Parts: sequence; C-alpha cells; structure tokens
Amino acid sequence: MLSQIVNIITIGLSLVGLFFLFSGTVGLLRFPDFYCRMHGTGKCDTLGSLMIITSLALYEAYHGSILLALKILLISVFIFLANPTATHAIAKAAFVCGLKPWKKEDYR
Amino acid sequence: MTMTNFFLGLSLAISFLALLCFYRVVFGPGAWNRIVAVNVFGTKTTVVLLLMAFIYARVDMFVDISLVYALLNFIGTVAIAKFFEKKGEV
Repeated sequence: MLSQIVNIITIGLSLVGLFFLFSGTVGLLRFPDFYCRMHGTGKCDTLGSLMIITSLALYEAYHGSILLALKILLISVFIFLANPTATHAIAKAAFVCGLKPWKKEDYR
Repeated sequence: MTMTNFFLGLSLAISFLALLCFYRVVFGPGAWNRIVAVNVFGTKTTVVLLLMAFIYARVDMFVDISLVYALLNFIGTVAIAKFFEKKGEV
C-alpha cells in the first residue's frame, strides 16, 4: 500500500515539475526581450527541476538506499542555489554591457 | 505501466522541451539569448540524466554524473557571463 502512495506522489510531483519546465520553455521562446526571457526561465526552470529531483529523491528513499536519496537532494539544493546565481550573473553582465531592456513601442 | 515507463516518458518529454530551447540557441538574436538558452539546456540535461539513472537502475553512477554536470553548467554560465562583461561585446 505504501509503495502505491510513494508512486502516486512521485508521478504527481514529476508532472507538476514538467508543467513548470514547459512554462519556462514557452517563456524562453515567446518573450520579446532578453531580460523577459531570463526572468521566465530563471524561475520556472529552477522550480520545475527542483520538483522532479525531489520526487526522484523520495522514490529512491523508498525503493533504494537513503544515502543516495540524500545525494539526490544535494543536487536539488545545489540547483536551487546555483540557477538564480547564474541568472543574476548573466543579467548583471548584460546590463553592464549596455543591453537596454525592451520597451512597449520598441520592435517586437 | 511500470514506473520505468513513466520515467522514460518523462525524460522524452523533457528532451523534447530541450529541443524547443535549441531553437533559441540557434536563432537567438544575440550572444546573450544564446547564453540563457544554453543555461536552460544544461538544467534540463541534469534532470534527464537523473531520470536515466532510474530507467537503467544504475542510480549510484548516474547521480554522480548529474551532480558533476550541474556544477559544470553553473561554472560555465558564470564564466561566460564574466567573459562577456569584460569584453563588452553585445
């Protein structure tokens, strides 16, 4: 019975994470400007991959060893810290380089 | 419908999303859009690597690989950002 619950939680959390990854991709393709694209992907990708990786950690904790689940959680904590930092580094570099944000009347 | 099939379907879906991001890598108007697209690509690849761990049931090996990949992706992105900041090329 418990394995059904773990499977259901893993499938549910992974699908929600997949939805966030999908919205990050749509944001990357559809947004008009560099800063908008980075705004969308920076958050949605981090959250989406966070959800999928924690659900895999839960699945591993039940079916495999706890230590490996902790290592998988380490990956999710690292992505949680690293992705926004990388996004900030790119934004700062682009702004210093003089890339002007997009305004409404600019070319789409 | 075992869990392996679910993980396989999930990794195929994420790979398709990564393929969509590849459009921005190729046609991105400037260098900056390409950097963001490669960063997104790297995050998705880390997730797919982890899913492969569960598909091939070799979790201990693939977890290390995806951890190293996440680290390298982060370092690469920050290095490129610092390089373009110094060079000032738009």
